[in-house]
Amino acid sequence: MSMYLVSAIAIIVCMGLTLARAGLGPTVFDRILAVNTFGTLTVILICIWNFLDGRPEFLDIALVYALINFIGTVAVTRYVRHSHFREEGHDDDLPGDI
Amino acid sequence: MAASEIFDYLSWFALITGSVFSLIGAIGVIRMPDVYTRIHAASLIETMGVGMILLGLGFQAGLSLISVKLFLIFAFLFFTNPTTTHALTRAIYHAGVVPLTKNGDDEVSDRPSDTGNGASSKEATSSTT
Repeated sequence: MSMYLVSAIAIIVCMGLTLARAGLGPTVFDRILAVNTFGTLTVILICIWNFLDGRPEFLDIALVYALINFIGTVAVTRYVRHSHFREEGHDDDLPGDI
Repeated sequence: MAASEIFDYLSWFALITGSVFSLIGAIGVIRMPDVYTRIHAASLIETMGVGMILLGLGFQAGLSLISVKLFLIFAFLFFTNPTTTHALTRAIYHAGVVPLTKNGDDEVSDRPSDTGNGASSKEATSSTT
């Protein structure tokens, strides 16, 4: 059994668990956290699949997936925090806020 | 013992360690009682799981363009995942979710609703737990 297959199965099990949390999660923040973790695990699974299949172009896809995952999570967090994406109305912003 | 065999053993060790850390983190995301503790469990995946698995893949890639790309992915995740966690935790805290403590008190009360209308909102938020 190849070592890539072992880690790929472990990562797929982890993705199932985080997906269950995204479905169960009582608050919306649980779902955001679970989807963010799911995206991180997807990046790792794409990297492992690159070595399992021997096609190195998947690493670029993993890099782009990491970028989109970060932007998407921060955007959804900001939307839930402020209820809009507009630039005006920074009265309730605090130092260190995103 | 050949050099490639040593790298195989190192790669096995790193991949198994990363997989175990990821599994522990995912079980923590399911089993933890609070959203803050779930964030703590998820950060285990994003630091040790990602780091060890990418290190194990890097042992197999050697010094090539593939390992450079693996290092780029690691560096990007290393800087963005704490940023995401920080933003998410701040949003959770300012949305009024009270951390689960032993006596149910909100010990760090600097959220805007507390400074706005005093102790009444604090009583309201802590009585919900």
